[in-house]
Amino acid sequence: MDALLLARIQFAATTIFHFFFVPLSIGLAFIVALMETLSAIKKNEIYERMARFWGKFFLINFVVGVVTGIIQEFQFGMNWSDYSRFVGDVFGPPLAIEALLAFFMESTFIGIWIFGRKRLPRWVNILSIWLVSIGTTLSAFWIMAANSFMQNPVGYAIQNGRAEMNSLAELFTNPKLLVAYPHTIFASLATGAFLVIGISAWNYLKKRDLDFYKRSMNIALIIGIISTIGVALTGHLQSQYLVEAQPMKMAAAEALWEDSGDPAPWTVIAGIDVENKENRWQIDIPYLLSYLAYGEFEGSVPGMLELQEQYEQQFGEGYNYIPPVKTTFWSFRVMVGFGLLMILISLFGLIFQKRGTLAKHTGLLKLMIAAIFFPYISNTSGWIMSEIGRQPWVVYELMTTEAGLSPSVTSGEVLFSLITFTLVYTLIMIAMIYLFVRVAKRGAVIVDQDEPSIDPFTKGSEGRVG
Amino acid sequence: MQLAELWFIIIAICFIAYVFFEGFDFGVGMGTKFLAIDEREKRLLISIIGPHWDGNEVWLLTAGGAMFAAFPHWYATLFSGYYLPFVLLLLALIVRGVSFEYRSKINSARWKSVWDWSLFLGSLIPPFLLGALFAGLIQGLPIDGNMEMHAAFFGDIVNIYTVMSGIAFVLLSYVLGLSFIALKTDGPIRERAKEQAKKVYWIAGLAIVLFLILTAISTSAFQEKGSILIPVYAIAVILYILKYFTLRADREGYNFVLSALIAVLITAAFFIYLFPNALLAHDPANHITIYDAASGNYSLTVMTIVAAIFVPIVLIYTVWSYWIFRRRMKTTDHLEY
Repeated sequence: MDALLLARIQFAATTIFHFFFVPLSIGLAFIVALMETLSAIKKNEIYERMARFWGKFFLINFVVGVVTGIIQEFQFGMNWSDYSRFVGDVFGPPLAIEALLAFFMESTFIGIWIFGRKRLPRWVNILSIWLVSIGTTLSAFWIMAANSFMQNPVGYAIQNGRAEMNSLAELFTNPKLLVAYPHTIFASLATGAFLVIGISAWNYLKKRDLDFYKRSMNIALIIGIISTIGVALTGHLQSQYLVEAQPMKMAAAEALWEDSGDPAPWTVIAGIDVENKENRWQIDIPYLLSYLAYGEFEGSVPGMLELQEQYEQQFGEGYNYIPPVKTTFWSFRVMVGFGLLMILISLFGLIFQKRGTLAKHTGLLKLMIAAIFFPYISNTSGWIMSEIGRQPWVVYELMTTEAGLSPSVTSGEVLFSLITFTLVYTLIMIAMIYLFVRVAKRGAVIVDQDEPSIDPFTKGSEGRVG
Repeated sequence: MQLAELWFIIIAICFIAYVFFEGFDFGVGMGTKFLAIDEREKRLLISIIGPHWDGNEVWLLTAGGAMFAAFPHWYATLFSGYYLPFVLLLLALIVRGVSFEYRSKINSARWKSVWDWSLFLGSLIPPFLLGALFAGLIQGLPIDGNMEMHAAFFGDIVNIYTVMSGIAFVLLSYVLGLSFIALKTDGPIRERAKEQAKKVYWIAGLAIVLFLILTAISTSAFQEKGSILIPVYAIAVILYILKYFTLRADREGYNFVLSALIAVLITAAFFIYLFPNALLAHDPANHITIYDAASGNYSLTVMTIVAAIFVPIVLIYTVWSYWIFRRRMKTTDHLEY
């Protein structure tokens, strides 16, 4: 395999893996901070128990997000050195600022939150977890600012043969960022909420510690409904933005080879034939694409073949400017499908919870357990759509992905790193899931793993979760 | 002063801060195998760096991010040229970080043994790689006219000098770690840390001497910048001699400060020699100066403003976090991990 393909696989693998952990960290940090605050306001120990129990998941998850993030910071230089040279001036500062503004804050205050519980005043503890939550959210802002530059380059001028920043303000008021950032934050909150919903639902079924899990479920369902609807609304804004800014991605996401005509129907599913550049069959809903693209029931959406011609005139002939259509098309549908399902689950969950009948709806409860994975599916497919749909560009209309590769790195080296990273990531993932299941099974009991002067090498591999 | 020069200094400070901060927590990590004799002591060692390791690691991320932003060519050439060492560094830091959090979660000997090794190797490998990297930087590397580095793994990246520098950094970290343990713990482990520090003193001293000799042989540091490097190294050596007396006199605070200053001086010397180059090529015509590598004036100005506001804030809460956890800990205390 060539180095380009391997480097792309590696970037996809490390980034997707990293983004398994990031949304849950952002979501759970907020939820746990909320619980800590409630425990102080309501002076009810159950909320403190909640903060500690859900905090365990948060910590097990958070640390993996932190360490897999280091790769993100370094692999641009390692695998994509020509990319780094070309955009470092404008793409580097958000990353550096992120480290200074967000990483230090979340990393320092998470230590204070964990280790200060018994040593520091209560308010310091609560403040610390809020600072962690703000840190994770800020961190996402700068990363999204950097990513939005790749999707829609702004705030730069081409000077000295590279992109040089000329407006930081434009960089963080990038219209792409303004729709993509809230979309990501809502998705992260949903990820956190659905973990709490799913594990609480499991305990509903087991009829265990119901008071505890009902209150958890209440908080999570409210966050769940707000965030899933927020995801949908900001997603709609994104697609309206997309048709203006990245029409090719929009066309690929709709498998639209020819112009749609006016009004544009939305294709639910299609048999895509990439070789002959056509769809063998498709199922359409009239008017819907016009609505998705423009917020009204008229207007046509340009197709890929026409856009390809435009691009050839603009950027040079003989180059395929059409991204992988099937991947873009299907990942978009998977994201939207699971997103809608999550709205329904939160909605019905909330209704039944208010009526006090949720415990009887065992079907829904079981679905809620499975739904722990739904945000992951949507998050991942959303990013695949966004990044694959931008191809062949690494910076939209400015630099192709293949031009960004490191010239001095051999395919053997990339293969080595790809294999070792994948191996280590897989093992960590297994350990993490194992711990999650353990903590969930054990339930919300507070066990202090503090028994001074007891020989810790006591027999037996089964121990407690601390 | 030009902004490129200012940012070279800022990045040097980030690396120096990283060597100092994570240096002692790497040392404490090594102590889990070399010093702790039972589970409770291991947990104690993890607990004294528990609140800090994550924040300490951010110095490396900031160094990397600032390099990317302020000197894209430095970042691009170095990270792609030193590909395999960076892969190893990342792997080591990944398993290390996870081990802190995961080790205590299940009370099984096999589970703990996995994370013990992750923590140990994750604390041993990074300082070695860092030392070897710094040595490689001042030795000069095969960089072509297009700023591409084609470093041979054996020869350019791994050679006697870089290995010696790596070993010196591992030992310096361990020396720092032991002095941190003596400062932060109480009970038998505190005494043993000091006893061990007296033995390690000679080994680390020997490594530093060998490192300095090889620096004189394998690089042109002393010929080119002797007037400033000789005093810097001389001060480091004098401090190292003084350290002996602080060990003998049982002055834990001074001992820690001296260990830290020695690590700071030795790391700073690399950057002093490099300046005003970011990367030295075998062919001097291909040296990458900081001016060649730098970003435009606008980016550097923006980042200077951001750094001027936020570095003091970061320093304040970092110091505060060490202040609130300043109390010595014993194996009989409540241990969070």
